[in-house]
Amino acid sequence: MSTELTRYTISIYSENNVGLLNRISAIFLKRHINIESLTTSLSEIPDVFRFVIVVIVTEPQVQKLVQQIEKQVDVIKAFYHTDEETIFLETALYKVKTNFLFEERQIQNYIKESHASIVTVAPEYFVIEKTGFRHETDKLREQLAPFGLLQFVRSGRISVSKAPMGISEILNSFKENLT
Amino acid sequence: MSEKLHISGAEAVIRCLLAEGVDLIYGYPGGAIMPVYDELYKFQDQLNHVLTRHEQGATHAAQGYARTSGKVGVAVATSGPGATNLITGIADAQIDSTPLVCITGQVAAHLLGSDAFQETDIIGISTPVTKWNYQITRAEEIPEIMAKAFYIARSGRPGPVLIDITKDAQFATFDYSYKKCTGVRSYRAVPKLDQAQVEAAAAAINGAKKPLIVWGQGVILGEAEAAFKAFVEKTQIPAVWTILGLSALETDHPLNKGMVGMHGNYAPNLLTQECDVLIAIGMRFDDRVTGRLDAYAKQAKVVHLEIDPAEINKNVHADYPVLANCKESLEALTPLIETKKLDTWMARFDELYAKEYEAVIEKDLKPSKEGLTMGEVMVEINKASKSDAVIVTDVGQHQMVACRYASFVRSKSNVTSGGLGTMGFALPAAIGAKMGAPDRHVVAVIGDGGYQMTIQELGTIFQTGVGVKIVVLNNNFLGMVRQWQQLFFDKRYASTEMTNPDFVTIAKGYHIPAKKVTDREDLAGAVEEMLATEGPYFLEVVVEKEDNVFPMIPTGASLTEIRLN
Repeated sequence: MSTELTRYTISIYSENNVGLLNRISAIFLKRHINIESLTTSLSEIPDVFRFVIVVIVTEPQVQKLVQQIEKQVDVIKAFYHTDEETIFLETALYKVKTNFLFEERQIQNYIKESHASIVTVAPEYFVIEKTGFRHETDKLREQLAPFGLLQFVRSGRISVSKAPMGISEILNSFKENLT
Repeated sequence: MSEKLHISGAEAVIRCLLAEGVDLIYGYPGGAIMPVYDELYKFQDQLNHVLTRHEQGATHAAQGYARTSGKVGVAVATSGPGATNLITGIADAQIDSTPLVCITGQVAAHLLGSDAFQETDIIGISTPVTKWNYQITRAEEIPEIMAKAFYIARSGRPGPVLIDITKDAQFATFDYSYKKCTGVRSYRAVPKLDQAQVEAAAAAINGAKKPLIVWGQGVILGEAEAAFKAFVEKTQIPAVWTILGLSALETDHPLNKGMVGMHGNYAPNLLTQECDVLIAIGMRFDDRVTGRLDAYAKQAKVVHLEIDPAEINKNVHADYPVLANCKESLEALTPLIETKKLDTWMARFDELYAKEYEAVIEKDLKPSKEGLTMGEVMVEINKASKSDAVIVTDVGQHQMVACRYASFVRSKSNVTSGGLGTMGFALPAAIGAKMGAPDRHVVAVIGDGGYQMTIQELGTIFQTGVGVKIVVLNNNFLGMVRQWQQLFFDKRYASTEMTNPDFVTIAKGYHIPAKKVTDREDLAGAVEEMLATEGPYFLEVVVEKEDNVFPMIPTGASLTEIRLN
């Protein structure tokens, strides 16, 4: 098993209970492991929530993290994947002064080249949205920086695995337990 | 059986406890939990509340009760400091897998987050040390959440659950009905036994020439004592224990070869490094058991019978994991194992025991020096109780000595703080242990340091009259720390010497009969008198000041580096 530091995506299917985020993050805290990004959302199953957490750890570490996460009462199932095993994206928003959009031809080129889109244009500012890999949103950030970015924000990673996760089957098998 | 009643949340809490078969709880009242206490007053003929002298005592007492009775222990406290005082006991219960339900009062829901009087985020604080926790803000939630709390605390690998109830939810009225919880969608309490895993493990065990069983508390928690004994006797494999596994198999069983770990027996530790198949049953490879992990049993294939999937490969790689309640897995495994003659292997245990006897045990139990040893006190307790007492220990030298030399004929007889190592555990835990096993002798063996951490629980003993026998082994030192200072810090005894009060006078202040022994000739008689006395009794035994506990595996050393002196 690889003891090299690797970027892993941990996917957690869970109940949507107050405090569960705290309980999960405590598992990382206890082991002094930093969370690179964290996203929570609905999943494909009604009433089931999904966490996507990115960490840079060794494989034995990520295995133990997933075991401890799965052990939590409100967690249905947890998985870990390498970047190669998932399809993943992040979304970034860039807020720039509107006058640059018209005065700096280069900005329009950057937007076109990076397949970014303009979300809104107001008299004072306009907002660009770019969804993609980290290096792509980083590149656009560097390109726009000289124009004085008013605000920049990037979401946590969202990711789906290439292999099936079979949560419905797991939930069904859990139901058999409920007499 | 569901009953329809329009009652308050507070009354619902009491009715839920009764529905779960609870007749005894430990706690301490305060502002935010007063509605529940008001209902307790009305139900006092059905539900006995023991007022401890500190909330930490309530959790430890509930732990002691759970450990000897096998039932869920219940502790109640108010919000804020009441709740935070529970935390040490909850953390202890979490790491030692003790089923507890802790109920805390909380400020009214509309005040949450306002820094109200005695408000504290007990859900946030208790999260890392609970199996599950939940904050109730509406009375309607109470029956379902209480049922879930008990189910989660006792099922699978047991553990503590904390339920925080806002004061307004305690006052509000609703239509109450109770349904026991039989499952939680996202939680699989016990993994389904996989026959293929059993067969693989059986093949490995059958192929072994030098097999060794290491058992832990899982045998007791899984009520697997009979299945375990059948397994040990059928296989004829030597079996050794972790301190929380102690008493699951009687001490004088010929296949019981003693204790593993830092102050465990010589043979079990050294032969862990020689066995070819290590059969771990309901234990978790704590660092106090394994010593240096990368040198632990490297030559052995590891079979691991375990209920908690998170324990598999956590510290030690399991070549043959068997996931299930160990009662179930042992019952499946035993018929597949061939009985073996292991005479040569068994002789190694006897040979190493003889070495340990000569270097350590004889001096501990039959000392020729003037000062009393902790070991000889244990011998007298064994004799006077016919090895049938519940022994409750605290943490430190006396704990290691008690675990090494106490003898047992029954399971659930050893109550100690293993994983967390909580000084102050024993006195309150003994109160609960006695209430959980009222017909048995319960002897709390405590050091002079730990005793003074929860000494106020003498008040609880006096008020309830609970027949706890307290033995303080007094060396006027924090002995284990002093031992380390002697061995690893050139005898720089920083803050380990204790100037102690007159313990006998203190016990007498609580109207507890008390005696102090300083001479060997008085020891046996004093122990007999203690056990013969109705109700509580306090016995101080002044022991040698600077005795050390051996064998010892220094921290970070491998088991092979075990020292006899």
